[in-house]
Amino acid sequence: MTRVLGRRGSPSARTTPGGGAVARRLSRLTSRDPAAPAGTRRTRTGVTVLAVALVIFGLLPLASFQIPWVLPGSVDVVNSAGTLEVLGLCFIFAGVALGFDLLFGFTGMLSFGQVLYFAVGVYLTDIALSVWHWALLPAVALTMAAGFVLAVVLGAISLRVRGIAFAMVTLAFAQAAYYLIADNPHGLTGGDSGLVMSTVRLPAQLVGVVSTRNLYWLALAFLVVAYAVVWLTTESVAGRVWLAIRESEQRVEVLGLRPFRFKLASFVLSSLIATAGGVVYLLLVGTAAPSSVASTTVTVSILVMVVLGGAGTRWGAVVGAMVYVYLQQYLLKIAAEPSFTSLAAPLRVPLSQPDFLLGAIFILFILFAPGGIAGLAGRARAGIAGRFRGGKHIGS
Amino acid sequence: MSTFIAITVSGVALGAVYFLIASGLSLIYGLMDVLNFAHGVFLTLGAYAGWAVAAHLPAALPNAAVRFLVTACAAALGGAAAAAVTELLLIRPLYGRPVSQILVTIGLDLALLGLLLGAFGSNSRSIAVPSWLTQVTRFGSERIPNGDIVAIGTGIVLLGALTWFLRRTRYGIIIRAGAQNREMVRALGINVGRAFTVVFTIGGAAAGLAGLLNAVVFSGALVDPTQGDQLLIFAFIVVVIGGLGSLAGSAVAALLVGLVQTYVSFYAGSGSGLGQLGNMSVVLVLAVVLLVRPRGLLGSTA
Repeated sequence: MTRVLGRRGSPSARTTPGGGAVARRLSRLTSRDPAAPAGTRRTRTGVTVLAVALVIFGLLPLASFQIPWVLPGSVDVVNSAGTLEVLGLCFIFAGVALGFDLLFGFTGMLSFGQVLYFAVGVYLTDIALSVWHWALLPAVALTMAAGFVLAVVLGAISLRVRGIAFAMVTLAFAQAAYYLIADNPHGLTGGDSGLVMSTVRLPAQLVGVVSTRNLYWLALAFLVVAYAVVWLTTESVAGRVWLAIRESEQRVEVLGLRPFRFKLASFVLSSLIATAGGVVYLLLVGTAAPSSVASTTVTVSILVMVVLGGAGTRWGAVVGAMVYVYLQQYLLKIAAEPSFTSLAAPLRVPLSQPDFLLGAIFILFILFAPGGIAGLAGRARAGIAGRFRGGKHIGS
Repeated sequence: MSTFIAITVSGVALGAVYFLIASGLSLIYGLMDVLNFAHGVFLTLGAYAGWAVAAHLPAALPNAAVRFLVTACAAALGGAAAAAVTELLLIRPLYGRPVSQILVTIGLDLALLGLLLGAFGSNSRSIAVPSWLTQVTRFGSERIPNGDIVAIGTGIVLLGALTWFLRRTRYGIIIRAGAQNREMVRALGINVGRAFTVVFTIGGAAAGLAGLLNAVVFSGALVDPTQGDQLLIFAFIVVVIGGLGSLAGSAVAALLVGLVQTYVSFYAGSGSGLGQLGNMSVVLVLAVVLLVRPRGLLGSTA
C-alpha cells in the first residue's frame, strides 16, 4: 500500500466532490436511483411506519396495561421496569447495529472490532464518573472526544489493509483493549468483576428505580439520533461513494476519488455511534463488565444483528437488533420457567441456550434468506405486487 | 540461563500449538477464501473428544504412551469430523459467496459454543493423561517439560507432513493449483469441491490435536468450552502476520508470536502489574508487521 504514502505528492486539485457531476456518475455505479418514483413512494411509506413506531414506543412507558406471555420482564405489565430496561437495551443495540451497518452494509468493510468503541463509551464514562468523580457532561464530552481520536488513529492504521486482514487487525485492537480492561491497570477498570457506576454526581432524573422511564426515553432518543445521522449520511454524496466503494473500490479510484478518506469517515462515524451507545448503555445498566461490553462476543452479536435484519438497509439493522436483544432476554426468561426446567435434558440443554438458538436462526437465515428480515420483507412485497417485477436480491 | 532456556522452549511449544491451528486456517483461506471462525470450536470439540475417549479407555491398555496416542487420535478425529460435516452441510451450499461462508462459520461458532456451555457448563473437565507428560526430562543441566517436547514434536511433524502432502501428492498439487487459480483447475475437469472438503478435514484434524495439546500442556489437562475461541484470536493474528494463505509464513509467525508472548509475559508481565502484557505485545507485533508489510511476512504480493 505505497499509495497511502504517495498521496502526499498527488495534486491537491482533486478535492472531495461537492458537485452533482460526480454524484451522477456514482449513482450509475450503484444500483439504486434516488429519483425513481417507486423509491419515493416506498420512502414515504417508510417514514410513516417509522413515525408510528416512534409514537408507540415513545408513549409506551405511560401505558400500564398487561400483556401475558410476550414480555421479557418478570411482570406482565407493559411499563414495568424490567420490560422498559429490555426495550431500552434493544434501542441501544439497534443504534449501535445501525452504526455497524454503515460500515459493513453500506461501505462493505467487515470490521471485527466494533466492540472496542462501545467499550470506550461504557468504560471511560464509568471511570470519569466513578473513579475521578466528574460531572456527567464533562465525562461524556471526554468519552466522545477520546472515542473520536481513537477511531481516527486506529482506523487509519487498520485501513492500510483490506478485506479479511482488515477484519483481523480491528479484531486484534479490540482484543488488546479487552486485555487492558481485564488487567485492571491502577485499579481503574475493576478487572473481570467490572466497575459499578457511581450515581453521586448524576442528575436526579437518571437515578433510582423511577428513572427507568427516563433512561428508556434516553435510549430511544439515542436510536432516533443514530437513525437520523445514518439516514442523512447514507443519502448524501458521501453515502453514494460508500455504496460505490462497497461495489468496487477500484472503480471509485478510477473516478478520481480517494477511497481512503471515505472509508475512514465511515469507520469514524460508525465508531462514534458505538461510543455514544456505550455511554447510554452505562447509564441504563449502571455497571461495566468486560465480558458483556468489551469481549469479541459483543462484536459477533452486533454483526449477527445486522445480517439477521439485512445488511445495507437501515430499518433492517434496527429490526434485527431489536429482535436479537429481545429474543436473547426473552429466551433466558423462558429457560427459567418451571414447566421448561422439567423437560428432558436432550431437549432442555440446547433450548436453554439463547446463543445456540440465535446462532441456529442466524445460520438458517444465511442459508435460506441471505437478505435477512429486510430481504424477506422485500420478497413478500414483491410477491404481493404480483411477481411482475423481477426483484434483484443483493445476496451475501 | 536455565530459566531463559525453559522459557524459550515453552515459547516454542506455544508457537507449535499456534502453528497447528494457523496451518489449517491458512490452508482453508488460501484455497477457499474463507476465514473459518468456527475453527475455535473445532479445537474445543477435539479436546472434548480426547477427554471422552481418555475417560473410557479400557484398563487393559497398560502402556501410557499408547493410551495418550489413542487420546490424541480421538482428538484429531473429533476435530476432523466436525470440520468435514461443517464443510459438507454449511460451506458447500454457499460456494461462490465468500462473505456468507464467513458469516455461517460465525453463526456456527455462536451456536456450538452455546451448546457446549449448555452441556458442560463453564466448569473445566480434567483429561486423563499419563503422568509422564507432566514431568520433566533432563538434558544435561536443563530440565525441559515433557509436554513442551510433545507439542514441539507434533508441530514439526505436522509441518513436514503438510509440506510433503502439498508438494508430493496429487491432492496437494490440486490444492496448490486451486489456491492460485480455482477456475482453471475446475476447467481442467478436476473436482475442486472434493479438495475443499479435504482441506477442511485436515485443518479440523490439526485443530482438534491443537485443542488437546493446549489443554494438556498449557491448561493443566483441563478443558472448558471457551478455550478454543481464546486461542483462535491468536491463531488469526499468526495467520495475518505470516501472510494469509502461506504455510511457511504461518510457521514463522507462529514461532514469533509464541516466543514474544512468552518472553513478554514472563520478563515484563509479572513486575509491571499488567498480567496481560504478553497478550497485548502480540497485538503490537501485528500492528508493526502490517505497517511495514501489509501483506504479512511471507504473503504473496498480488
